Amino acid sequence: MVTTSEVRVESQIEELQEKRPIMVVIKGLLRKEPVGAAGALIVLAMIIMAVFAPVLTGYDPELNSFEHMLTPPGSQFWLGTDQFGRDLFTRIVYGARTALFVGFTTAFIGATVGLVLGVMSAYFGGRFDLIFQRVMDVFMAFPLIIMALAVVAIFGTGVQNVIIAITIPFIPRCARVVRSNALSIREIPYIDAARALGYSHTRIILRHMVPNVMAPYLIMVTAFVGQAILLEASLSYLGLGVQEPIPAWGLMLQGGAEEYAESAPWVAIWPGVAISLAVFGFNLFGDSVRDVLDPKLRSQ
Amino acid sequence: MKFPSLKYAIPIVAGVALSFVVTGTAHAVKSGGILNLVVGSKIPSYDGHIESTFGMIHPIRPFYSLLIRINPENPSSPTDFICDICDGKVPKGADGGKSYTFKIRKGVKFHDGTPLTAHDIVATYNKIIFPPKGIASSRKAFFKMVDSVTASDDFTVVFKLKFASGAFIPAVATPFNFIYAKKDLDKNGYTWHKKNINGTGAFTFVQHQPGSFVEGKKYGNYHHKGRPYLDGFKAISAPKMALRLQAIRGDRAAIEFRGFPPKARDDLVNALGDKITVQESDWNCALFFTPNHAKKPFDDVRVRKALTLAVDRWGGSKYLSKIAIVKTVGGVAYPNHPLAATKEELIKLVGYGTDIEKNRAEARKLLKESGHEGLTFVLNNRGVDQPYKVVGTWLIGQWKKVGMNVTQQVNPSPLFYDILRKKKNFDVSIDFNCQSVINPIADVTKFLGSAGNNYGSYEDQVLEDIYDKLQKAETEAEQRKHMRAYEKRALSDQAHMGITLWWYKINPHRSYVKGWKIAPSHYLNQSLDNIWLDK
Repeated sequence: MVTTSEVRVESQIEELQEKRPIMVVIKGLLRKEPVGAAGALIVLAMIIMAVFAPVLTGYDPELNSFEHMLTPPGSQFWLGTDQFGRDLFTRIVYGARTALFVGFTTAFIGATVGLVLGVMSAYFGGRFDLIFQRVMDVFMAFPLIIMALAVVAIFGTGVQNVIIAITIPFIPRCARVVRSNALSIREIPYIDAARALGYSHTRIILRHMVPNVMAPYLIMVTAFVGQAILLEASLSYLGLGVQEPIPAWGLMLQGGAEEYAESAPWVAIWPGVAISLAVFGFNLFGDSVRDVLDPKLRSQ
Repeated sequence: MKFPSLKYAIPIVAGVALSFVVTGTAHAVKSGGILNLVVGSKIPSYDGHIESTFGMIHPIRPFYSLLIRINPENPSSPTDFICDICDGKVPKGADGGKSYTFKIRKGVKFHDGTPLTAHDIVATYNKIIFPPKGIASSRKAFFKMVDSVTASDDFTVVFKLKFASGAFIPAVATPFNFIYAKKDLDKNGYTWHKKNINGTGAFTFVQHQPGSFVEGKKYGNYHHKGRPYLDGFKAISAPKMALRLQAIRGDRAAIEFRGFPPKARDDLVNALGDKITVQESDWNCALFFTPNHAKKPFDDVRVRKALTLAVDRWGGSKYLSKIAIVKTVGGVAYPNHPLAATKEELIKLVGYGTDIEKNRAEARKLLKESGHEGLTFVLNNRGVDQPYKVVGTWLIGQWKKVGMNVTQQVNPSPLFYDILRKKKNFDVSIDFNCQSVINPIADVTKFLGSAGNNYGSYEDQVLEDIYDKLQKAETEAEQRKHMRAYEKRALSDQAHMGITLWWYKINPHRSYVKGWKIAPSHYLNQSLDNIWLDK
């Protein structure tokens, strides 16, 4: 029997926990995961750039201004201009939008579809699992970039098709990881209990199994964002991704960097730095998320 | 001792000098070696009669011969033609210029061993000029003056014309008019040459690794005795310009026949000094944008005029020429030709006025009138950097300045052509008119709705009638008058297509490549039979 005083103590603890200032939480995280915090800072900077792009720069990222073509970095154009006279800082800032949009969309869709399919595969098991996993094996036999290239070759170029091209190879990668977690969850008695209560497969999968594999899912999502940014940049660099005049970092490398690497190196350097930083940031952040969410690593 | 008189001495001295020159030249030419060349586009098909791209002509032309060709020693001349498969000199027109009789070389064999006769020439030209329904022929419109092509015997071909035309001989010399074997056409049909090669050219086909390279080896029975000098060639596919540049810089390839922008030329010369030779020329090639008249709102002439009015050609010439292989503002005819428009004539055309703000205000007004303010459409472009993607990006910027919202769909060459020719579902497409022999009367057929290489999906009888008059005009003044009317109708009154800028050709190549001379077209002088390597 629960007494009134016990209830009061519990509610006081909850109140204390709720009232823990956000700065304290951040400080704690910074102390525990300084590298991850650095990654989060980069990610945050990217998000700010993407959201507040029109505030951060007064130039149009797409409009040609030939009288300023290939201007070196200076007070007027902080990072210089490209061969069309477009401000590189502006294109980098707006390019963050493209990178994040493609990155988050593909990571979220790819990982979510993979999550559902992976849990389904584990839950149903048997022949379904066997066939499904062999299909996943086929997809996973191709390196990410090759798979994405094949998809772009079928659907054509453009932002939408790039998203499809990157999403498809993510699905089996997430499904495989999630399935291995879901297999152990399937054996826990509460799943049998849910079955005994007559719950539908959909309800068991979505309400009882999926929430229990969220940790690997979140880790995969954060890892995928970085990979997706790199893939989008690679496809655009190869001329198969985002097309001019949309600002995108890989495209900026492709568009002028090759020709002007010697005479106007800033055209190549800044998009390269942006891609490297973004991928680096997401990888650091993803690693820390894994450290925080993985119980084994947490206990260590 | 008595000295020979002057009348004997001069011929003797001249003869000795000439023999030294000839011997010297003969000694200078070295046989052997493989020419590695880089090609910046893919091969849509092997059929010269339907293709219009250097992606096909550079790797495939060496396998074929032509009836006549431009003089490889004087390729810049628009009038210097010599026989290739024909024998002797290029014939003059008889019967008031309405009949041309070509004598055909004897002993010429196709690479499969089939002897070449006049019947092969007739079958080839009938395919080009009078293709059956459903068979494409990109240069059919060049031969509007031709009434019939017949063989009077096994080694004589007669072209009968409906009317005399100075455009006929240059049209025959077009380097796409590959001579096919009648046997192949009869037995395998008119589409066989899209995927198969059997010619009489200087090189025989060895292999084609799609997306990688085309390889050819010396044809021992080539009809120009002593040639080719090369043992073979390898045309390496390299769609990215940076890759082609590095290939030449690193000596993985010796030449790229199409052309580089000024910046690339400067980089190569700075890096390699006298190991690089640069040849430059005006280029019989113009980059267009073609609205699809079959798609709304591009069926509205006001919208088409707005498209052309938004483009700052004079400003583009100044700046784009620094980063792209385009330079000259021009109308429908090759800018340096007597039939081309002068600047005074050009600025009267819609979109050519020098006051760009006034032009753009007019464009906005027309868009408003037509109810298409803020017009949104997709520009179909070709996945080749120079000049397509560069000019495409510039064009989008120009259109944006009058409030249009344009996105770009860049496609590899085969898909790009598929969209233009078969799907025909584009809004506006980058298009081009790259001709070979400078022959403005034939070259401007591109603007006719009936032309095989016109992708605008329109019919314009007025324009066709003007062209008929142009073709039949006898004096240059008369031709000029009709050319202006044609130009005004096509570019200004109807704005069927918009010309951006004409190209400028810059060919830096390894200095050990000898015997090749630049022409005003990247299609010309590509038989490779006159090239040798000074290694």
